[in-house]
This record gives sequence, structure tokens and C-alpha cells, in this order.
Amino acid sequence: MILDELGASTLRVSTPLVFAALGGLYSERAGVVNIALEGMMLVGAFAAAAGTYFAHDPWVGAAAGMASGMSLAAIYALFVISLRANQVVAGTAINILALGLTPLLCKALFEVTSSTPSIPLSDRFHSAPVVAAWILVLVSWIVVQRTPAGLWLRFAGENPDALDSAGVRVNFVRWVAVLISGGLAGLGGASLSLFLSSSFSRNMTAGRGFIALAALIFGKWRPVPAAVACLLFGCFEATQIRLQGITFPGGGSFPVQFVQILPYFLTILVLAGFVGQSRPPRALGLPFRRE
Amino acid sequence: MTGTIPLAVEMRGVIKRFGAATANAGVDLQVARGTIHGIVGENGAGKSTAMNLLFGKYRSDAGEVLLDGNVRRWRSPAEAIAAGIGMVHQHFLLGGPHTALENIILGAEPRRHGFIDTARARADLELLAQAHHLPVPWDTPVDQLPVGIQQRVEILKALYRQARVLILDEPTAVLTPSEADHLLAGLREFVKSGRTVLLVTHKLREVLSWTDQLTVFRAGRTVATLRTKETTAEAVAEKMIGRKVDLKVRWPPGTPTTECLLEVRHLTTAHPGKGLQDISISARAGEIVGIAGVEGNGQSELVRTILSPAEQDLRGGEISWLGTSALRLNSAQVRGLGVASIPEDRISKGLLTEATVQENFILGHQRRSEYSSFGVLKRLAINAAALRVLEDNDVRPADVSVPARVLSGGNQQKLIFGRELHGQPRFIVACQPTRGVDLGAAQFIHEQLVRCRDRGAGVLLVSSELEEILALSDRILVMYGGRIVAEYGRQEATEAELGLRMGGV
Repeated sequence: MILDELGASTLRVSTPLVFAALGGLYSERAGVVNIALEGMMLVGAFAAAAGTYFAHDPWVGAAAGMASGMSLAAIYALFVISLRANQVVAGTAINILALGLTPLLCKALFEVTSSTPSIPLSDRFHSAPVVAAWILVLVSWIVVQRTPAGLWLRFAGENPDALDSAGVRVNFVRWVAVLISGGLAGLGGASLSLFLSSSFSRNMTAGRGFIALAALIFGKWRPVPAAVACLLFGCFEATQIRLQGITFPGGGSFPVQFVQILPYFLTILVLAGFVGQSRPPRALGLPFRRE
Repeated sequence: MTGTIPLAVEMRGVIKRFGAATANAGVDLQVARGTIHGIVGENGAGKSTAMNLLFGKYRSDAGEVLLDGNVRRWRSPAEAIAAGIGMVHQHFLLGGPHTALENIILGAEPRRHGFIDTARARADLELLAQAHHLPVPWDTPVDQLPVGIQQRVEILKALYRQARVLILDEPTAVLTPSEADHLLAGLREFVKSGRTVLLVTHKLREVLSWTDQLTVFRAGRTVATLRTKETTAEAVAEKMIGRKVDLKVRWPPGTPTTECLLEVRHLTTAHPGKGLQDISISARAGEIVGIAGVEGNGQSELVRTILSPAEQDLRGGEISWLGTSALRLNSAQVRGLGVASIPEDRISKGLLTEATVQENFILGHQRRSEYSSFGVLKRLAINAAALRVLEDNDVRPADVSVPARVLSGGNQQKLIFGRELHGQPRFIVACQPTRGVDLGAAQFIHEQLVRCRDRGAGVLLVSSELEEILALSDRILVMYGGRIVAEYGRQEATEAELGLRMGGV
């Protein structure tokens, strides 16, 4: 019974991670480091909540979340692909931008900075995001392995010079990949505000973009293993939520802050133990320019 | 050349500048269809630039390129490929973890319902491979293939795109002599069908035995086009350098003493099948020991291991330098014994390219009391010593304040030699010491090594250039697959014999 509940809850809480990890996959397999996933998720969560509030339809909200993630991704792509800025610095800047922009827009639209108005249950998602996320995992797997576009994506991250010599424009492939990345991260954010909770609240992603990135690395930049890694990290989070209510027989309870550390702590442990075996795409983080 | 032979490729008065530097100052090239045409010249003579112009990677500042008699201007490799030009780069352009098949079809994938039609690609490639005798295991990731097969993948990539003109940039640098012969046989077949090969190389022997005609580059210009049958190595070398040269320098033999400076016994490192297997070497004072072998047969591991034994994963064996056991010594301690090293990759291991010549000179000598006291460098003393070394080694420009990257390859190498030989080391480990340097600098470097030997130092010379090994070595060892497979005295070895051993025969 408890296990059933834990399983269901794992599947739910890992959904935003799955979307974001897939987003990271497109960007990173194409050779663009994407620590801006966090920021893209955050604007996605806000835009989805705001969109649903006004349209009373979660699908409109999800579309808004995706569009906002892509907009932020376009800014990121402009800097790191076209202008060849450092990807870690630009990614951090995008995250800070998202952190500041969302409360500002929230204030402008709803006159409070902390959260959007609560969305009624009937306007929220109930299971669609879980299904959509896993369909996208399979689609991504097929796209990456079996289509010409997937092959280009892999070469853009592995040996962009080879791709260029084969007559495919590397930076075009990277642009498309980063936009897809932003769209997926935006959907991840939408599933956070429209599925796991009932509104957007300030910094509600709380590092999930980074955990998704960790899952991607743990999954060796491959769709299915990365999604499974998301389940693992989701399981840590679900456990953490359960542990919060537990009281010991003596009457004491675990300090809630301590319990909340758990997913992050386990993330570090897992990464420290396994990352060494995982080889990133060779051109990851390197801007492309024909000599 | 007569006007009746149709030209596959022609370049007229092509000029290409990079900023202030002129890489091609006037290239005129005429390549007849159905021939193998050699492009020869020293490093930095503008061969690669001209070929990259032809391949659409660069755009020329002046002049025209003609393909089959029509003036063409392409803006990217994609357009050159579409026009029927293929290029196999010296450094392969392959995605390591991806399969040979994926690498070949990249950018020209056969499709079915939006997916890659792997079955059709495989069938087409099988035909192509059979027609040109270039079998490749299609489903193996390319980084698991030997370099010779990787090169086939590159050639098939060009053929798959229906290249009529194939440019090969230094194709034999990574091949054994027998692999090279196999490649040549394939190219002969290839041109019989009316296609054309441009073979870029700095190896005279190759260009003379492989090509129909050849064009010589010097200082960014084409200086001569010759019929291969009607010329000699000396004549080509003279055109390349602009003055007469003696190609058959054989340095006088050394007079080794009985003092053994380097003694390696039964050295074995980790990674069975990959590392070193039961290596024994001794090198005495006053002799040059040459290690021949195709690159990637354990030479780099051997050098790394003897220069910093403590930092390696040894499975067994003994190393001693100048009579002291060295198994627990790190690279600084080995250096401290008086062992100098010329690394095989001067850009990544030999120099800090952004640092000045003077800073590069002091690397490794910075703790000596002449050059620092209490952890502070003595600028004046370093400056004077660096200038003297530049002059003694004829490094141009003799300016200690410029960054090392502005020096040409030959001058960078002379700077490294100057630094390493500064302080009269007892032993010199020199790896590929003349790679990518011009003939003049190469002769100077050889002279330095012989001079060190004659003053009683020991030299270990690791080189994949057989001519270099034969010209300098007092004894020759051949490495293959992480083992020493043969040993010869100075007079015993021939090029043919060494070539066979290098291929594991």
C-alpha cells in the first residue's frame, strides 16, 4: 500500500524532471551546455499558471509555458551560439534573469510577487503530463537514434567539424536543439505549476533544472536512461515528502529541513559515484566557428 | 602539359591572406583528369591553404578556381562536395562513438518515411566498398577502429558523395608502409575510372613513387610543376627549399662508453593489450638509440613511463636512470638527474603558446639559483640567458617578449631544444623532434642531437620517420603493439626491413 503510493507519487514528482532532462538532452547532445534549464523551467511554470488563470484551460497554459521557455532559450542561443559567449556564465545569467523576471511579471499581472492566484482543480492537469512526458521519452529516443536530424544532433555535439564538412550547418542544428530544449524545459515548469501544485510560487523550481541535468549526466546523455534516472531522483523526492509526516515511536520527529535536504544530498552522492563513468559529447561547451 | 588533356582542376593566380599574413601569394595549379597529382612543399608553404580553398573551407582574396574548365566559386564545403570534390583531412573528421556507417552517410542519409534507411545505406556501401577494395566493419564505433580503417571510412565518405576529385592531405602520416601501399593501389584503381587524386605530402619518396605529376609549393606560391617520371628527389627538394640540399645525410657513428645511463628491464604497464609489455632498453653515454614504429604502438606510453615512473600504473619491471633506481621518481626528480625531454606534441606539452618566449625558456629551470632567489624570478638574468639561447639556436625572431605562438613550427621546436639542452643534460629523450618543421630546422635539430651525443650525453630518439631513425641512430629498436619486436645495429637495418617489423611482420 505504502509502496503503491510511493510509486505513484514518484511517477508524479519525476514528471517535471523528465521534461527538463529531455530538454537538456537536446541541447547537450548538440554541444551546448544548458544550466539555464532551471530558468527556463521557472518562466515556464509562471507562464503556464498565468495562461491557465486567464484562459481557464491547462492546455493553453502548457502552450504558454512552452512558448516562454523557448523565448528564454532564444535569448540564450543568441548569446552562446551566435555570439559565442561562455555557456556557463550565460546560463547563470539566464537563471538569474528568470528568478527576477517571474516575480516582476507576477506583480504586474496579479499585484503580488509571491505567487499567482490558485487555479481550480478542474482547470489543472491530472495525469496528462505523466503520459506526455513518457511519450516524449520514446519519441526522443527514436528521433536521436533513427532520423537524419538525430544524427546531425549527435555530430553537432561530438564532432561539429565533421558535420560542417558534410554540408550541414552546425549552428542551425544547435539553434533548433536549444529551442526544443527551452520548449521542453518550459513544459517541465508547466507540469510543476499545473500538475504538482495549483499555482506558480516564487522560485518554485528549487533546483529541479539542475537535478534534471544531473539525471541527464547519470543517464549518459541518452533519453531512456536519463528518464529512468529522473525516476530515481523523483523517488528520493517522494520519499522525502513521506518522511516529513513521520513521527518516531518515542514521539520525536525528523527535523523537516533535514528531510528536505535528502534529494539534493542523494543527487550529490549518485553523481560523485557514477559521473566518472559517463563521457560527455566531445564538443560540449565549445562554440562552433569555421576557421 | 599539352592543351588536349582535359583539366580536372585548375587554379589561376589564387591569393589568400589571413589578417596580415599571406598564406597563398600566387597559386597556379593544373591537374589533368585521371591522374594522381602530387602537391609537395615544406610545412607552411601554403599547400593546405590551397587545398582548403579548393574544398570551399576558405574563400580566396584573388584568382579563380576552375573545375572541369568552368570557373567555380563555392562558399562552403557543402557546395564543393556537391560539385564533386572530396577531401580526406590529415586529422580525420569522424565522430568517435558513432558507427562507421553513420559517419559515412552523415549529411547524405538515404531516407524512408523520415527515418534513416539503414538497409539501403548498407547495400550501397557494400557495393562501393567492393568496387574500391575498401572493406569496413559498418557497425563498429569508429574510435574502436585502427587508424588505417578510419582512413578508409574517410575515403568512403568522399566516394559516397560521388567525389570525382579526391584530395588527400598527408594520408600516410598514420599508416604502416604496407597500409600505405594498399592505399596507393586503391588510388591507382580510382584514377583509372577517370577520377582525379590530389595527394598532399611532404614525403619525397612517396610523391616520387606514387604520382603522375607534381606541383611544388614554396613560401605560398607554386614554383614548379613537374612530370614525376622525369624528375629526381634532389631536384624536387631543391625546388621546395630554394637551394641545393643533401638528402642523404648519414651522421658519423657515435663512440659509446660503457656507462649505461638508462636501463629499463621487463617494463610492463596496466591495460593488457594496450600498455607496455615486457620492455627492455638500455642506452649508454655517447650513443643515440632510435625507437622506430608507427604511432600508437606504445611509444608515447614508454616515454611517459620512463620520464615520470612514480605517476604511472606499473605492473612490473625496473627503470634506472644514471645508475639510480627511478621507480619512485616523479617527472621533476627525473629531470633533476639531468634528463631533458623534447615532447612529441610541442603545442600542448612543450610550450605555453600564449606566454612569452622568455617565460617558455625558463620553464623547468625556474628553481635554479641563477634564475630565482627566495621564490622571486631574476628577470635580468633570465632575459640575458634567454636571448643567448635564441641566438645560439637561431630562433627567429630573436625577440624574447613575443608570445610563443607567433613563432613558426621550426622556430618553436628550436626554442624547445634550446631550453632543454640548456644546462648540459646527461640524457635527452626526443620524441618526433622534427615533426612539422621545415628541412632547414630539421637539419639543425639533428645536428644538435649528434652534438649532444658527441659530448657524451645519451639520446633516446623516438620517431615514426624511418629516414630520421636511419640517419641518426647508433642502435635501432622497433616497437609494435607495446613490445620491442626487433633490434638492429647501425649497419644492419634497412628501410624495407624496418618497415616490415613496424607492421608487426
